[in-house]
Amino acid sequence: MAYILPFLIILVLFSAIKNHAPVYQLFLEGAEDGLKILFSILPPMIAVLSMSAMLKESGLLNAFSSAVSPVTEKIGIPSEILPLALLRPFSGGGSLGLLTDTVKTYGADSRIARAACILCASTETTFYTISVYFRRTNVKHLKTVIIAAVIGDLTGLLCACFLTKINF
Amino acid sequence: MNFVWTFAILVSLIFSAFLGFPEKTLQSGIFGADEAIKIMISLSGTLCFWSGVLRIAEKGGAADFCQKLLSPIIRRLFPKTNQRGKITMNIIANLFGTGNAATPAGISAMEGMDKENGKSSRPSCEMGRFAVMNTASIQLFPTTVISILSSLGAENPFSIVPYVWISSFSALFMALLTQKLLFGKDRL
Repeated sequence: MAYILPFLIILVLFSAIKNHAPVYQLFLEGAEDGLKILFSILPPMIAVLSMSAMLKESGLLNAFSSAVSPVTEKIGIPSEILPLALLRPFSGGGSLGLLTDTVKTYGADSRIARAACILCASTETTFYTISVYFRRTNVKHLKTVIIAAVIGDLTGLLCACFLTKINF
Repeated sequence: MNFVWTFAILVSLIFSAFLGFPEKTLQSGIFGADEAIKIMISLSGTLCFWSGVLRIAEKGGAADFCQKLLSPIIRRLFPKTNQRGKITMNIIANLFGTGNAATPAGISAMEGMDKENGKSSRPSCEMGRFAVMNTASIQLFPTTVISILSSLGAENPFSIVPYVWISSFSALFMALLTQKLLFGKDRL
């Protein structure tokens, strides 16, 4: 990995030069996009981080985790990432907030943090996406689409847990 | 989200009031908001840097390359529709993590397919397939997640990337497979 990313950037820059692309302007555009992403996820981050801090302080999160862990551990899902898995399909900013919280709590190099990151990076805000994409169509029956999308999300969750279990 | 948030705050305050420390819970809630801002600032540099690099990659030729690579696959997955141009745009924007560009192209492609579907209340197979491809994330480089990991001190934040690919691809594959199986049944 130590050479892959620098090499990729070299490749990207060379191909951009070859195509006479305005490299610097493009970088600025992209960085501005990054700022827009930041601003759009900041309010939900604030909301969710304060929510999860309160849930933790009051002891409710622990109670929930220990209540569900016997079931989830059996399927191989650590109970620590269950709240994230439940929130992920509904709220993009919210789940990023919760992801940040999870990474901070368990340490950036822990198995839990890695599983949480893989989960967030390999799934989408499923229900939001479906509602946005079909809003301007006449389609009403979305059962099959939703089932298929949820199966995809579950696959992502199981993969994230399984891959981190065998590799980290 | 409305319900979840309100419910979570209410329950934790009431619960801790019974146990006698509502003040402490409120304090840590406010501290959480504080924390959000701090984390945001620490991850903003990484996020903006990678967004910049990805934009150069997208507009500087890599997107064209991907388009060539993808076009036979897209023709196979969407043989009937005339919206393949927009579908390709949407998928490439997703691959490069520019969701802002992906959504308008995606919505427009969906509207086009809706017309081709005779404005039926049931989605066509290709509409379902396109929706599922968007609900399963197909990002080449997970910028935001990497930024979070590195801002919180991960030793090697990039080590998760191959696993993200495996997991993404499996999720996409299973979703497409389910969609295909279910759709056949739905039409009977």
